[in-house]
This record gives sequence, structure tokens and C-alpha cells, in this order.
Amino acid sequence: MENKNAPLLEMRNIKKGFFGNQVLTDINFTLNEGEVLGLVGENGAGKSTLMKILFGMDVIRETGGYEGDILINGEKVEFATPFDALKAGIGMVHQEFSLIPGFTATENILLNREPKKKNVISEVFGDRMDTLDYKEMDERAKRAIEKMGVEIDAKMVISSMPVGHKQFTEIARELSKENLKLLILDEPTAVLTEKEAEALLDSIRGMAARGIAVIFITHRLHEILTVCDKVVIMRDGYVVKDTPAKETDVTDITKWMVGRSVSANVSQDIKINPDARTIMSIRKLWVDMPGEIVRNVNLDIKEGEILGIGGLAGQGKLGIPNGIMGLYEAGGTVEFDGKPIALNSPRKCLDASLAFVSEDRRGVGLLLDESLEWNVAFPAMQIHNKFLKKCLFFTWRDEKAIHDVTQKYIDELQIKCTSSLQKARELSGGNQQKVCLAKAFALEPRFLFVSEPTRGIDVGAKALVLEALKKFNRESGITVVMISSELEELRMTCDRIAIVSGGRIAGILPADHSSEEFGMLMVSQVK
Amino acid sequence: MNNLLNKKVSVLDLIRNNSVPLMFILICAIFIPLSGFSGSYLLNEIMTRLGRNAFLILSLLIPIMAGMGLNFGMTLGAMAGEIGLILVADWQIWGIPGLILAAIISIPISILLGLMCGKLLNRAKGREMITSYIISFFVNGLYQLVVLYMMGPIIPIAHNTLKLPRGYGIRNTVSLLPMRQSIDNALAIYVGGVKIPVLTLIIIALACLFIIWFRKTKLGQDMRAVGQDMEVARDAGINVERTRIISMVISTVFAGFGMIIYLQNLGNFPTYSAHTNVGMFCIAALLVGGASVEKASIGNVFLGVILFHTMFIVAPSAGTKIAGDSMIGEYFRVFVSYAVITVALVMYEAKKRKSQSLMGQMLAQAQKDEEGKAE
Repeated sequence: MENKNAPLLEMRNIKKGFFGNQVLTDINFTLNEGEVLGLVGENGAGKSTLMKILFGMDVIRETGGYEGDILINGEKVEFATPFDALKAGIGMVHQEFSLIPGFTATENILLNREPKKKNVISEVFGDRMDTLDYKEMDERAKRAIEKMGVEIDAKMVISSMPVGHKQFTEIARELSKENLKLLILDEPTAVLTEKEAEALLDSIRGMAARGIAVIFITHRLHEILTVCDKVVIMRDGYVVKDTPAKETDVTDITKWMVGRSVSANVSQDIKINPDARTIMSIRKLWVDMPGEIVRNVNLDIKEGEILGIGGLAGQGKLGIPNGIMGLYEAGGTVEFDGKPIALNSPRKCLDASLAFVSEDRRGVGLLLDESLEWNVAFPAMQIHNKFLKKCLFFTWRDEKAIHDVTQKYIDELQIKCTSSLQKARELSGGNQQKVCLAKAFALEPRFLFVSEPTRGIDVGAKALVLEALKKFNRESGITVVMISSELEELRMTCDRIAIVSGGRIAGILPADHSSEEFGMLMVSQVK
Repeated sequence: MNNLLNKKVSVLDLIRNNSVPLMFILICAIFIPLSGFSGSYLLNEIMTRLGRNAFLILSLLIPIMAGMGLNFGMTLGAMAGEIGLILVADWQIWGIPGLILAAIISIPISILLGLMCGKLLNRAKGREMITSYIISFFVNGLYQLVVLYMMGPIIPIAHNTLKLPRGYGIRNTVSLLPMRQSIDNALAIYVGGVKIPVLTLIIIALACLFIIWFRKTKLGQDMRAVGQDMEVARDAGINVERTRIISMVISTVFAGFGMIIYLQNLGNFPTYSAHTNVGMFCIAALLVGGASVEKASIGNVFLGVILFHTMFIVAPSAGTKIAGDSMIGEYFRVFVSYAVITVALVMYEAKKRKSQSLMGQMLAQAQKDEEGKAE
């Protein structure tokens, strides 16, 4: 029974936790036919998790499901897979493209839903031997593209399309589904040029006029204001504001997005020494790190400071250290201590006494199946020939020195382990992170990049890690550049904070400036 | 100016993309006059080998379409075809009916082997070529078990001429003399002294038509999608594993038919080694025709057969002229096959890496453009 008066979509008291970590709490909102809802929030606010729940993604079920009810047309639904959600008329355009590169737009739009013609062979061998009805395919693709209201060449192969057209192809694919009632767009304008973004906004209006409801996730706030009927702002897993778009503006939304009840946590001992010499100077840096592209970055880092690099996800903050340390292809010039550093060569960076704690702990950071001793000492041994002793004509490992240094860091960083010989894989996330830090400290670098040091670790470990970093900097005067998505964490630890937006440095402010100021910088150049 | 530059680049690209066929055209152009063969002899030989080999090579196309690379496992189908031929030779059903029966016998064996190969390859995604190569060695062991030990005691073999003197197992050579070239001769016509095996060519043409038609079916479309991006295809609801298995089954069945056509042309075959190099030479021929690991067309098949075999025909005699030794031809054949396959595999990897670094170059260019504007 379809209830005529019920809203198209209603979310009631949605709750979700990942392994005891509450990421969504009491989410409530409704969406009517033909309405456009703007969903905004910082990274980690819970937007993606919420959409994954709505779309029935596997990851939700695998991590224990969710609490609360989703109602469509007043009826409770529960999607076991995305295919169920598709059947119910929900379409989603993900941030990453899901297109076949060698197919034309038409073929992609109708992928696995191609109209078919029967023939003799298919009568015998089943309907997979049906031939495709190319005429009908062209027809349907054309209709979907018309519905979208943006011109794209249906016959063009995806791999030769500009990025924007790929995005439009994805949208057209969702529109070609006849029963589409609700379309979720996850940062669709992130890859579009300004003109294309405008065209997309027009097409969203067009869809709404046809009665399709749209959930529009974006970091470009002015887009929300121009196209949405209402805005839902999320922070830390709560809906902090649900307001008609007409009654709000960019400043208000920003405030709701970043505003925290506790703002007294700012670093107490900010040290900004304008006379300190520049230890690293970055000029015209570009980095091709998928999803974190860096464009034309110029940045000077002073000796002895803790510089924070913040910004929204996908804006390029992670690309900066990964590019400089040679993990992704990069160009431009980087000078360290007056000498240029060769890019695309991790070894040269390490030789120059730079160290890097990667955000990819398990992949890049650790030798998971080796002991803590090995993990701590390995890079130092490889690069600076530490912990080695010469005996006769061979070089041997100095097991005692390795054991001592590992034990020292285990005590200092309070790494919870059975012994220094335990395997790294067996530690919890927070303790693994501490091992990564110990590894970098054991290198005794002159300059340290720390990327997302607190990602996925609990509050207690977080404080410890940040403290250790600060202590390392303050006591030995080593320059630290810390990259983090969490602004508050940066404000607690750093002296200065650079905000990256659209792959560029949007501004650098001392850490004691207000969250709102940083928030404005974050969305200033979002592309 | 710009236009001219573009043209230059595209000509260069054309040469680079077709370097292998061009190289072989060059080799043939040098060797043909050196060999001193007459045109009609050469054409005759090429026509024979085209009829003999084309069907086998066509069997490689479908796995390439499904993104499984060069199917070294086509040897499996070849073995199935051989088992069919051994049985009809024992039953003494000769001529075209015998070949058809052999083909029918090979189908279930090919399907079974193809299913097995497909299932194994699904567990080795991204390493299909090396895996299928090793599978072919493994199945060669099974083939020997069947032909060397089971034929006689378990699978009845009536004629002693086929059996080893010890009473079971098949002799080293199986003679197909009574059905030698029975397809080739069925509708053969002679044009200027060149024998054209019309029926064989019709069968090959039908196989080509099947492949062209197959590309337009839902299954063909799914295979192309799976071949380009398994994850996207899966998200769209395509059963990736099943699609890949079907492509292996079709390829294996085709290879079985191809082997039967190949062997009826030769008229006898070494029981235990006929299939061992078949995969290697077919793949080499396809690559010589300009195919790559991820892309191959029917055109590549025919160009490949013609170039690859022309070289073999002329190389021994050209070798005698140059080095005074005809063995150089056989040496050349093996050497070139392996070299061509190695080059193709290396180029495949290099291409993948190149497309990765392209993105970086574009980024650097965009930045330069921006600076240009700012100034």
C-alpha cells in the first residue's frame, strides 16, 4: 500500500557504530518527491556512512548493520544489497567513476541493461546469446541524456572523454533507469569545471521538476544555496541543522559545519618565530596522487616549527608529503636546507634526513609479519647503517642495540605489546601507529612528515601520539609537518596551519585563529 | 604548422603501434627474393598454411576479448581434438564423416577442460597467461595418462596398428592418411596453379562470422565489459566469474576444431608432441599480425598467418643462400616465436606504466599553461 501523504524518504533515528565507535547518532530527516536536499559536513561527519546505509552497501552489513528505520513512501525498507536499493528506485553516483573505459557513453549508460533481440541460437542456448538491439540502445541513451539536459556525445568512448563528461555519463546511467525516484549525488561537482558544474546544477533542477528527489553532497556551499530546497548539516555523526536553503547563507553553514562546543583546546604554547630560517622551500609542486591531486603548491617551512596541513578529503593535502617523499609522481622543485631534493626517489629523500610516517600504516608503514624490533630498526639500518657492527669482513646486525632502542620507544610511547619481539600485525591500530612513529624517530631525522597520525585510533591513543609528536619537536627542535583531516587536532598541536583546497594552498594562519576562519579557507577553492 | 606536427606524430604513432607487423613485412621483403621461390609456389604454400592454421588462431580471440590475455591453454582443446581423431582412426571412420565425428567427440572433452581451466584462472586473476601456460603442461600429463595407459585396457582400441607393441597405449605416430586433406580437397579449385581449399575457407569464414556475431550478443558485450574492468562489470550485476569461464570454454572447443582441421591437412601426427608447440606458434602468429595482449581482431589473425608462415617458407632457402645451412630456417622459427611473445608481453607492461605516467604529464602541462596565462 502506497501512502500518498507520506514523504518519499524518511530516515528515523538512524544509528551506526563501527566496532564500538559511534559514527551516526539519531539521524532524522525527510525528503519529498521532487525535492533537492543538500547534505554538508566535514570529513568524518558521517555523510558517506549515512548514504551507504541508504544504498544497502555490503560494508554496512559486514560491520553489524544499523539501527533505526528507513521508510520509502511510508513503508519500512531494508536493503541487503545495492541491487535491492536500485530496484526500489534509488540511484547513486559515487565519487569514483564506475565506467568501462573502452565503451561508448551509450554502452555504459545501458551496461547490463541492454535491450536485446531474440534469435535462433538464443532459443537454444539461453538469453545471453540474444543480440543487442543497437537502435533501441541509442534511443534509450538519447532519452536519458535529454532528461539530464546536458549535451554529451553518446557515441564517444569513455577513455577519450573529459572528466566532466564521464560524470555526466554516470548520471545519465542512473536517469536511464525508468523507476528512478531518488538520486544520490556524492560530490558530483568535485571534478567538474565551473561551466560544467553550472550545467549539472541546471540538470538537477530539471530532475527535480520531473519529480525525482535528489540528495546532493558537496563541499561547494554556494551550489547548495543555489539548487537545494533544504540543507542538512552534519557534524560528528549528528544532524546539527536541518533548514530550508532560503533561510541560510554560506557563513552560517560553515559555522555549523566546523563549530565545536569545545574550542578552548587550542595549543597553549604556539611558537612562531618569524626570524627562523626556511628549512624547506617548495615551489610549483604538482603531485599525481589519485584522489589527492596537488597543483602548483608553493610553501615555505621554517626550521623548528610544527606546521599543520589541513583541508577536506580529496583536496590534495595527502598528496603533498607523498609527492615530496617520492611515493607518487611529482614535479616542481623542493629545496631542503638549501639543497634541491630529487623528486620521485624515496631513497634520496631519506638520505637527506627526511622521514615520513605514512597515512597507509598497514600498507606502507609497517612490516606486518615482522617483530617490533625489526619494524623500528629496519629503515635506520637500511639508510643510515645504524645498529650494525663490523666483524671480520662482514657487517652484522647489532641485536642488542636494536633491542635497546625498541625497548626505549616502547616505554616512551607506551606501546602495548607482549614484548619487543611481538609481530606488528598483532597490535591494535593505535599501537601500530606508535610503532610507525618510533620507526621514524629511530631514523633521527632532521625533518618529519606525519600523515594522518590519528586516523582510526581511539581518543586515548590519539592524545598520546600527538603529545609524542609535540615532545619530539620541542625537545630536539626537529621540524614536523603534520597532515590531518581533523582541524581541532591540528589546532591543538601545531604552530601554523596551512589549509589546502582544490589542490592548492588556500592560506596559512597561526593555529590560534578561529575554526570559522579555517573553515572558510577549506571551502574557498574547492573544485 | 600545428596540423603538420600532428600528422607527423600520428605517422610515428602508426609505425610504433604496428612495429611488429612492419618488421615482419620487411623481413619477408628481403627473404622472398633471396629464396628464389616462384610466386605460384609461394602462394600455394601460403594458401595451404592459411587453411591449416587460421581456425586454431581464431580460437584465441575470445579470451582476449574477455580480458584473459593470450590463451596458452588452447593446447587443452588441441589435446581434445587429438583424442577425437585417435578414436575415429581406430573405428576407421574416414573422410569428412570421420572428421565430423572426431569434432563431436572433442566437444565434451573440450568443455570439461575449458571449465576446469576457467575455474582455475578465476583464482589467478591478473596472472592468466602464466597460469594457463602451466595448466597446459599439467593437462599434458593427464593426456599422456589417458593415451599412454588408458587406451587399450579402459578405452577399447581395436587395431594393433595404433597400439604400442606392448598391447596398450598409442604408438608415437597416428596416421590419418585415409582422411588426409579430405576437407581441403572436397571443394578445391585451382587458380593459376594455386590450390584453393574452398571448403576449409568456408569453415574459417563461418568461424569469423560467428566471432563477429558473437561480439554483438549480450554475452559478447558482457565479455568486453568484464575484460576492461571486472569491478565495474560486477557492480553492474554481470556475473564476472561465469562470463570468464564461458570464454575459456568457447576458446577450448574452438581450439579442438582447429586442431582437427590442422591435423587433417598434415595427414598424420606425433601422438605425444603434436600439441606441445601449437599454442606457442599460434600466439606468435597472432602477435605478428599486430595483436596485443588486450586487443586482437580477425584482421590480425590473417595478416599474422600470412606473414609468419611466409617467413617460415622462405627462411630455410634464404638461410641456405646466406649462411649455407638450411637449419637456420627451423632455428629462426623457434627463435622468432619466443622473441615475438616476449616483446608483446614486455610491451603490454610498458604500455600500462605509460598510461599511468600520462596523467602526471597532463597535470604538469596544465600548471605550465596556468603560469603562462598569469604572466
